[in-house]
Amino acid sequence: MLRIFTVLADYLTYDLFNMNANSHLAKSIHFFIEDTSKIFVLLVIMVYGIAVIRASINIETIRDYLSGKNRFIGYFLASIFGAITPFCSCSSIPLFLGFTQANIPIGITMSFLITSPMINEVAVLLLGSILGLKFMIIYVVIGMISGIVGGWFFDATKAEKHLLVFKQNDIQQRVAEKKQLSLKDRHEFAKYELQEIVGRVWKYIIIGVGLGALLHGYIPEEFISTYFHGRAWWNVPLVVLTGIPLYSNVNGVIPVAQSLINKGLPIGTAIAFMMSMSAASFPEFMMLKQVMKPRLLITFFILLLVLFTINGWVLNIIF
Amino acid sequence: MKKIEILGMGCPKCKVLYKNAEQAVAELGIEADIVKVEEMAKIQSYGVMMTPALVIDGIVKTVGKVPSPVEISKYIKGE
Repeated sequence: MLRIFTVLADYLTYDLFNMNANSHLAKSIHFFIEDTSKIFVLLVIMVYGIAVIRASINIETIRDYLSGKNRFIGYFLASIFGAITPFCSCSSIPLFLGFTQANIPIGITMSFLITSPMINEVAVLLLGSILGLKFMIIYVVIGMISGIVGGWFFDATKAEKHLLVFKQNDIQQRVAEKKQLSLKDRHEFAKYELQEIVGRVWKYIIIGVGLGALLHGYIPEEFISTYFHGRAWWNVPLVVLTGIPLYSNVNGVIPVAQSLINKGLPIGTAIAFMMSMSAASFPEFMMLKQVMKPRLLITFFILLLVLFTINGWVLNIIF
Repeated sequence: MKKIEILGMGCPKCKVLYKNAEQAVAELGIEADIVKVEEMAKIQSYGVMMTPALVIDGIVKTVGKVPSPVEISKYIKGE
């Protein structure tokens, strides 16, 4: 089904623009047309579809669902919820405190906080359509395992000791009653989400695809193996370390990763880089500083570094 | 007079919500006091875990999303 976009790009590049199929420019343009048309069509369908389902899911329900659960089931569920809930680093503090107040163990909250920025419908869609289904499944599964292991680690090390005591106000339970959602309400919600999400990510995707297209057309095939020593073990921790402070949108990184993978960048290294870029960012660390003592924050940073590096290594060995 | 509070620690979405609320109030032609609430303790006192949140006369109406001006007008009119 996705071939239609290749056909479209073939037609535009070689027939309409009448370009020489072997030129660098034609390769780049073909890549750009195929990727952008494919991504935007799928993006609209997928974001709308997910939003229709998500309209009735809210964070209070998730919190109530997670409190009092067996720990390991808790880590698992928290990772799933993290994946389907949209994440904004500015929400991490209220969320953290809300969960803690409901006596949810810190590990379960951390599972949620690790998975949430890493896995979202846009990233999953891009991975699936650009890099293929196998790649998408690997990314999601590995991302969830990272959330689960990370959560377990925080509980095992009794990380709650290193939380800053936060003056807790009595919660005034004055939330408006939830009304039953009609199909029309869901449509309204999904329409708004679609505008909001597409309005926010389109520029990252265009920039990402544009960069990817340039790399695709102009960088020689053997570039990575020549200059990058593609399979050296220290490449993985190096890209993870670079990725964590680089505050970027995972959606823009994926098309670039596609080009680099085609040029020989090992899959594990690519995934480790994407995860570190999206999972942790400086704004989020600055937020978390308000509830975590420095030691816990540093542990969190190192844990992510170690987890993503291991992910990269394991994948590089398998593939 | 209605009191409309926008809860959120200054994220981009909070700013959009603030603008939407202003627009809703202007379209309804009513007098309303629109306030940004950025202190964590206060946000938390509403039991809100996802920002931005819209609070009208002390009642939390929406959490973690940006309702459109039309939706906000409906909340203001109490529909």
